[in-house]
Amino acid sequence: MATAQTALYQEPKEELISGSEAIGIACALADVDVITAYPIRPYDTVMQYVSRLKADGAFDFDYIIAESEHSQFEIVKHASAVGARTFTGSSGVGWFYAFEAITVTAGLRMPVVAMVGNRALDDPGAFGVEHNDAMAVRDLGWHLYWVATAQEALDMALIAWKVAEDPRVLLPFALSCDGSFLTHSQAIVQVPSQGQVKKFLPDYKRGTLQLHPDNPITVAPQVNEDWLMEIRKQTDEAMRRTSAVIIEAYDEFKEVFGRGDPSPFIEEYMCEDAEIILVGMGTLAMPTRVAVRRMREAGKKVGFLRIKFFRPFPTQELQNALRGAKGIAVIDRDYSYGSPAYGGVLFHELRSTMYPMDERPVMLNFIAGLGGREVMVHDINEIVETTQKAVDTGKIDQETTWVAVREQ
Amino acid sequence: MATLAVEVVYRGIFQRTLARNIVRQIVFAARKDNKIGTAFGRYSDSPERNGIPAKQFAIVCDTALELEESLAVYEATNVDVTINLDDAMCKGIESWAWYGLQPINELTRPGGTLIVTSRQDADALLEDIHQKASAYNLAIIPSTVSFSGLWVYKDDHTDMRVLGTLCKVCPDLVSLKAMKDSVNEQTGSDTKVSSVQMAFDRTTTRPVEPGEGNHETPFSFDLPGWKNMEEGLVIRAIPEGGGFRGGDEGYQPARNEVFKKWSTRSMRPVINFETCIKCTLCWLQCPDTCFDVTPDGLYDANMESCCGCGVCEAVCPVPDCVTMVSESEFNDNNSQWEAWTADKDSYNKWSTVLVEKQKSETRSHGFHHVGGYEEEIKAEEA
Repeated sequence: MATAQTALYQEPKEELISGSEAIGIACALADVDVITAYPIRPYDTVMQYVSRLKADGAFDFDYIIAESEHSQFEIVKHASAVGARTFTGSSGVGWFYAFEAITVTAGLRMPVVAMVGNRALDDPGAFGVEHNDAMAVRDLGWHLYWVATAQEALDMALIAWKVAEDPRVLLPFALSCDGSFLTHSQAIVQVPSQGQVKKFLPDYKRGTLQLHPDNPITVAPQVNEDWLMEIRKQTDEAMRRTSAVIIEAYDEFKEVFGRGDPSPFIEEYMCEDAEIILVGMGTLAMPTRVAVRRMREAGKKVGFLRIKFFRPFPTQELQNALRGAKGIAVIDRDYSYGSPAYGGVLFHELRSTMYPMDERPVMLNFIAGLGGREVMVHDINEIVETTQKAVDTGKIDQETTWVAVREQ
Repeated sequence: MATLAVEVVYRGIFQRTLARNIVRQIVFAARKDNKIGTAFGRYSDSPERNGIPAKQFAIVCDTALELEESLAVYEATNVDVTINLDDAMCKGIESWAWYGLQPINELTRPGGTLIVTSRQDADALLEDIHQKASAYNLAIIPSTVSFSGLWVYKDDHTDMRVLGTLCKVCPDLVSLKAMKDSVNEQTGSDTKVSSVQMAFDRTTTRPVEPGEGNHETPFSFDLPGWKNMEEGLVIRAIPEGGGFRGGDEGYQPARNEVFKKWSTRSMRPVINFETCIKCTLCWLQCPDTCFDVTPDGLYDANMESCCGCGVCEAVCPVPDCVTMVSESEFNDNNSQWEAWTADKDSYNKWSTVLVEKQKSETRSHGFHHVGGYEEEIKAEEA
């Protein structure tokens, strides 16, 4: 199934590209065999970019424009079954339209890599970022990663195939990219050479699970209650195994490409000795880091922890990193109506993570930036002030606060 | 240690590639000066609508840390240079998301520069450009406004001329040498490099004093909070209209109080009331119900709600009865029918001159866009 190697990037090169374009280049570098597409903003920026690479003859792959997102995800699932390296993606309600196919992709252990260009769920029709779309796969056996920069988008896409296709794992991988802030901003990105990528990323080999005339198998039978729990348990074990595989792949990535954070799962920014730690995902990092830096300059002990992997959830890493903090402010770019704290999904996950700790910090939730509204430095300052007040008084007036929402 | 920001204000779709070329080229050139930068379009402008004002930005910094600092605010609140690619937008702009009229120089910092491509002179442009409390500079690139389409790009070197001018007015952003080297590397074209140089050499700027310019207060309105909004995503219809200007005869539809379409137009229809045969087609086909029916049964394009699409011109069966004219020719949104009624001879003379002048303009509007090209190429060949 392997296609001709692309002529792109014989040598490493610096490019001015968006996060979406970075993922498009990663597709070429990883020599992806099958890409399926159906247009929806902001994911369509990847679609446009790989189309251009194909039209220019720079990257040879089977490009199938499906008639809907549902088919789009079905096609890559099947392509993955016969041993093709695959890429697809969607956004917002497009991602939801594909949901039947999305659930079976994990169930059948197909290592599809998908980009979710985070977008608010309609109605009202809106293009801005919200994390509820990608979050919906959190219970299904997908890896779920939140990207913060265009460079990280390229790097993590390469890691995504390596982890997802590992025979110990074989689970799909969703790269969540904030609409606009990541998908439409062009930044300077270091693109590795084809040779480096070849060294890092082995061919996808499905082995005895590959659907092929030489290997006659049936995939996806109907089962009853005698079988289902065992099948679910297998997927569970694969998800449990993947953390070690992620660390392995990440270390190898750092060795080959010479960049990367200490941990693949979380990024700690000025968290050491911090009394208040802000927690968030994706491009929220940008204003938050700036706010934290300024507060540190003013002598305030504040830090920011960016969760990169939402699935598998880095429970141990978070417990270690947040141990000792007096107050934790979780900023959610999503919302769960009627949830225990009437708050965001991330908040509830984190609160559950902190429950077994001997000393539990004060935890507050802030809903911010829904539908692409910008989270400003002064918003972050207010979040820290509110949290500080709760720490000082030991009293929580309000668990969840909506930030910068117009009341009247 | 410095961060410099440039905004490019352009007509959606028609000038998209032009704007993109400019912001990307700024960042490439800055790399030659060992700086780091980013280029991006304002997300809320996209998907772009034909001719609706849109923005792209280029941010250039000495260090990556400064870049992060500046990107903490995604949409810049303050730029060193504003580049306006259509002089009609000197009247102010609004995105399709509608937030009230924003003066073209609103983000231009004190002492910064506004670059405009135009055939008008500074005094004429300053009749449109809103006054500012601080001084800044105005640089005009003398040229016909450059319009293309979604699928084609009219490579008339407007981007190069803008970049050359930019190097002159903001030398701290990027050096001329870096710009020329980078243009050469990106395009491999000597003529483009010389266009950059020529624009650099010819650039003159005119200081604009505080308070100088259009004194009108830009149109604005308040967005309601969640407690005051109707639930269920409901938008109430606008009531039906009544007689012309509240009279017993004619008809004027009621209109949205906050949805004013001034800045969406790069052209507007000019009506010859003498030749109108009252066929109703403009009134019927206008997608924005912008025509008021006058008591004498004529059709008056209401500039509160005309978006400049040009459908009226296309459907009018009478030659030269409706003609789309460059928006930069106008300083108000007054009724043409009232002007005609008050003094028919003056109106007819005025409109004849305008229509004649229009023949040498090539602007895009909603119904006709330069990107269609076919007819233009044929015209040029003929």
